[in-house]
Amino acid sequence: MNPLSIDAVVKRFGDLTAVAGVSLEVRERSCLGLLGPNGAGKSTLIRSIAGRVLPDSGSIRVFGEAAGSAAARAELGWVPQELALYPLLTCRENLEAFGRYQGLRGKGLHEGIAWCLEWAALADRAGDMVKTLSGGMRRRLNMAAGLVHRPRMVLLDEPTVGVDPQSRNRIFEMVEALRGQGTTVIYTTHYMEEAERLCDTIAIIDHGQVIAEGAQEALVARAFGSRSDVLMRFAAVVENAAAWAAARGGTMENGVAHFAVDKPTDIGPLLDAAVRDGLEVIDVVLRRPNLESVFLQLTGRELRQ
Amino acid sequence: MIAAIVLNGFRVLRRDRGALVLSFILPVAFFSIFAMIFGGMGDNGTPRVSVLVVDEDGSTASERLVQALLQEPSLNASTHPKEKKGAPADYTAASAEAAVKRGDAPAALVIPKGFGAHPIAMGPGGDRTPIRLLHDSSDPVAAQMVAGILQKVVMTSMSGAMAKMGMQYFEKASGGLTAQQRESIEAAMARPNAGRQSAPASGDGFIALDVRDVVGEKNKHSMIAFYAAGIGVMFLLFTASAAGGALLEEAESGALDRILSARVSMTTLLAGKMAYSALLASAQLTLMFVWGAAVFHLDLWHHVPGFLVMTAATSFAVAAFGMVLASVSHTRAQQGAISTLIILTMSAIGGSMFPRYFMPAAMQKVGLLTLNAWAIDGYTKVFWRDEPILHLAPQVGVLMGAGITLFLIARRFARRWEYS
Repeated sequence: MNPLSIDAVVKRFGDLTAVAGVSLEVRERSCLGLLGPNGAGKSTLIRSIAGRVLPDSGSIRVFGEAAGSAAARAELGWVPQELALYPLLTCRENLEAFGRYQGLRGKGLHEGIAWCLEWAALADRAGDMVKTLSGGMRRRLNMAAGLVHRPRMVLLDEPTVGVDPQSRNRIFEMVEALRGQGTTVIYTTHYMEEAERLCDTIAIIDHGQVIAEGAQEALVARAFGSRSDVLMRFAAVVENAAAWAAARGGTMENGVAHFAVDKPTDIGPLLDAAVRDGLEVIDVVLRRPNLESVFLQLTGRELRQ
Repeated sequence: MIAAIVLNGFRVLRRDRGALVLSFILPVAFFSIFAMIFGGMGDNGTPRVSVLVVDEDGSTASERLVQALLQEPSLNASTHPKEKKGAPADYTAASAEAAVKRGDAPAALVIPKGFGAHPIAMGPGGDRTPIRLLHDSSDPVAAQMVAGILQKVVMTSMSGAMAKMGMQYFEKASGGLTAQQRESIEAAMARPNAGRQSAPASGDGFIALDVRDVVGEKNKHSMIAFYAAGIGVMFLLFTASAAGGALLEEAESGALDRILSARVSMTTLLAGKMAYSALLASAQLTLMFVWGAAVFHLDLWHHVPGFLVMTAATSFAVAAFGMVLASVSHTRAQQGAISTLIILTMSAIGGSMFPRYFMPAAMQKVGLLTLNAWAIDGYTKVFWRDEPILHLAPQVGVLMGAGITLFLIARRFARRWEYS
């Protein structure tokens, strides 16, 4: 039985359709990355899985149980995007509170708190009030508070929002440790590099729909085959550059011309054409397409627009 | 530049409903409440004082005095209870005293046997029979007003007896009247309205008064209980409002979502929050009364059972009130403004700021719509009237009923937090 089965889920808020018929299956011990720009519907989908949003139609099952049911909640840990903590309580007291809300008592609660403090590298700050912690520490505690009952599946809703690079790396290590212990992870982000590093399956969401799903390499191969990206920048803003790029199968995005080439030697003819047509090229990059490229190709927009 | 700052201030104010309420609605509401209380709700003059009248004498003089008291516009005098069926029996001295002790009226006048023989006297002493004024000193104003009005009523209703007594004094002091003087005075006394002149309405007035506090005579410090309850309940409401506001903070921080995604239902969460708020309120009230006992000699230790019952009922009701305030508000700022408006209004008309017996009768009835009034009435029964716990049933019943109703209302409004 898969940890998560989502079937044709629709959720509307008034005239806005936040989730428009999403279907997904998540395998045990895998990490699914929900990748999409802000407002794509990722958080609504995550909140639906957590039982906090009631879909208008469709069904969500967590380990075979209906989302929001007591059995589903017991198997699920949800880390919301907000710092949902009590600032005047200590780290240990916060974990204790959320552990008790999950029904933990006695030894189970004690062990859950100890594991969380260790996992979040906060054991030495256990007695400190949350308001005295750094932003990165609060983020880690926020994650730990959702896992104190040691769930089999974890929903991480943009856990790195607003943290510095060092803290972000620490959070990546925490997620990797979690995966190492066999926990199934659903990870939402609009940072392509996070999804690439942490997730073995990616679902790209836009306007409430899953527009592509699969392993990262498969998504890239499906979108680009063996082709690579060529990015070309010109010395000055050239009015007819967009038309020039389009004539050669490329696009202009933010002053940069994008082309897809089958092999690296295909750059030569492009450079020759630019010189011939009076365009002064100052920078050329050849790169293997990534998830960002896939999103761009599928939507015509950049991931962080 | 200054104009830009002013303009910005008004723009922000326009969109801050809480600040708007505090700036404009609260002052007008308070002005209206005070104007109604001290302005007599539009009818000029002092509120009428309720007084029970017992005529043990049955003489012509006493009957005339009773009739005059019943017709006196400043008094709400009655000789018998207001029964719904049949003709109720007149008050006796004992039943009137019991009624005052129950709080049915703040004072009772008992005209004793023998009053008619010597109804009035000029100056202190003499052989006049004193009228007994039984009063409840939890209303310190009523007894003084009744005493003063009684002297006025005597002057206007028993002018003949007064003049006769005055002539006797004059004869005694002057060594006797001539036949012509006596004839002239008697002719004047025969004219209607004779003797209606101003006279002192003090303890040395024409009527001898035996004033007795029948409720608070053993409880010299029990007014402290009134203030402890009055002020205590007002602050309890603020505390309950703040405790309920924690729910809004949790909603705003996302903690509420996280709690509800765990194994906690909305009903359980509200019940837990309310239990915390009620315990906090109980601790506050206990502190108030223990402080009153330690510093102001409040007799708490002989009223512990009644205190515990009233504290439990009051804390339950105010905690539920705090839950409602939180559940109907959308932001903490909005809740703060609504709370301040409602709590200060309730406290003003419910007797937390000044006793309800100062207020006009209609206002006193409106006060019964507040938790403050029922709580203060209950504590007064315990500490002032020494009534048994069973007599707290109306107050406890109303407070518990209000608590349950308010909790259900809060639960209904809290549905918006359950799911998106």
